[in-house]
Amino acid sequence: MAALTDLGVAAIRDGFRAGDFSAREVAEAFNAAVASARALNAFIVETPELALAAADAADAARAAGHTLAPLAGVPIGMKDLFATEGVQTTAASHMLEGFVPTYESTVSGKLWAAGAGMLGKLNLDQFAMGSSNETSYFGNVISPWRRNDGGNAALAPGGSSGGSSAAIAARLCPAATGTDTGGSIRQPAAFTGIAGIKPTYGRCSRWGIVAFASSLDQAGPMARDVRDCAIMLEAMAGFDAKDSTSLDLPVPQWEAGLSSDLRGKRVGIPREYRIDGINAEIVASWDQGIAWLRDAGADIVDITLPHTKYALPAYYIIAPAEASSNLARYDGVRFGQRELPEGAGLQDMYAATRAAGFGDEVKRRILIGTYVLSAGYYDAYYTQAQKVRALIARDFEQAFAACDLILAPTAPSAAFGLGEKSDDPLAMYLNDVFAVPASLAGLPAMSVPAGLNAQGLPLGLQIIGNMFDEQGVLNAGLAIEERAGFTARADKWW
Amino acid sequence: MSVDTATVKKVASLARIAISDDDAARLVPELNNILGWVEQLGEVDVAGVEPMTAVIPNTLRLRDDAVTDGDVRDRVLANAPQAEHGFFAVPKVIE
Repeated sequence: MAALTDLGVAAIRDGFRAGDFSAREVAEAFNAAVASARALNAFIVETPELALAAADAADAARAAGHTLAPLAGVPIGMKDLFATEGVQTTAASHMLEGFVPTYESTVSGKLWAAGAGMLGKLNLDQFAMGSSNETSYFGNVISPWRRNDGGNAALAPGGSSGGSSAAIAARLCPAATGTDTGGSIRQPAAFTGIAGIKPTYGRCSRWGIVAFASSLDQAGPMARDVRDCAIMLEAMAGFDAKDSTSLDLPVPQWEAGLSSDLRGKRVGIPREYRIDGINAEIVASWDQGIAWLRDAGADIVDITLPHTKYALPAYYIIAPAEASSNLARYDGVRFGQRELPEGAGLQDMYAATRAAGFGDEVKRRILIGTYVLSAGYYDAYYTQAQKVRALIARDFEQAFAACDLILAPTAPSAAFGLGEKSDDPLAMYLNDVFAVPASLAGLPAMSVPAGLNAQGLPLGLQIIGNMFDEQGVLNAGLAIEERAGFTARADKWW
Repeated sequence: MSVDTATVKKVASLARIAISDDDAARLVPELNNILGWVEQLGEVDVAGVEPMTAVIPNTLRLRDDAVTDGDVRDRVLANAPQAEHGFFAVPKVIE
């Protein structure tokens, strides 16, 4: 029998129900994997006792013959952006080091109510700002993947959900939560050969998630395959009165609705995503994806999204603007760090606290955001970006008159090395060129593994769906997954 | 549009982030790089386009005007760097 840590969410759930193993055995196996993988730095806090407690509850429920919760017996990782009652929640910042919430985020609470147990809090880019997990105050996450050139260059696991992606790829947890503001679920999933879905904006409650850019932030699951993502998303999604932008819609049964038969579906290929200088391996993988979807019965149609090239610059105005407002709450008064120089007044305390508590990338974005919102520049930058955002959303609306789904690459390259882009913010931002448009339009989008490049590193394909059509996205993802037959995994070196 | 050291210091002060002269000087080219790049948005024709503030047209829900929580003072103060006598404490504000 396969090692318990090689099992995914569905296999653990079903095997536990069938009595093949106990929930405690599963939790102990993953706890041991987590404890032996500290070289990856995927976790900020490990909570083996919580994983065991949930497992014992699941075992007791099974022994008593009670109806089992949907995720009974399944331990997961929690991105350290979700407030967890009684467990430190830092957003990978010094600012929130030592912050122990007295409340539980809606999404994490729903997962615990569904029977899942927590293995620990996963590392990320600081305040979810980054694409390589190099902005964490708690150090870089190292991808379990290495190039096949015999070298051991440390690679980025993607970001911001880099702890989540690395932990799943290294089999430290079968699934984890992520959040996606401009690609933070999809790009790390692509870099590490796993699946991840950002649902329609509003599907998952933002309540209790450390806010970055509220009009874009959306939680979603990351796991090894499409079915596991569907199971997790069902547990995470749902209306929440505590989030003013929460969708008041029933949660579909996405797992039960899975079907890789795409007959009658039209899949759009956006010509503007063939950007100048696009990597040949990315194009080849995209072409392969087109062939797979055609094989699954889909009709392939060319579509146009004319404002694609403006998505990234619009995002880098809107997201920092919202961040500068959201992060104003870190004032050294109510929670988090306080820096109080000798003789300082209140204003000096604010400035000193924020100077000490925020990392460079966070400060950079707060400054950009403050600038574009300041008097005299607001219309030229912020209002203009919001209008361009409207045009990008309209592009998708018009495209979805001609197609049901969109296929594109997830990222413009495979994983890059740690340090390769960290000195150049713009080069780092460009990593999200294919991910950001769907974020700006609030659309569901997922990345699934498509294969390996010449260096032996995973490449992802992205499916973007129309508003509320997570099912269509998951189904197309499943069609690719079945045809890609992606079984590659990183050789254990950690 | 581009920023100079004085502007960076002004913006940092608006954002309540203490920065040194060296930091400000270092940030000038970094921010100008980013601002120069986002300026391409100016070439988009946005005549007649309303700024988008929400991706899903949602009307804000109203709830009954009733007390639904409270009596959690100690939990609210639990993470305060300095809580005294049931209050958040800050340095003296009035000279």
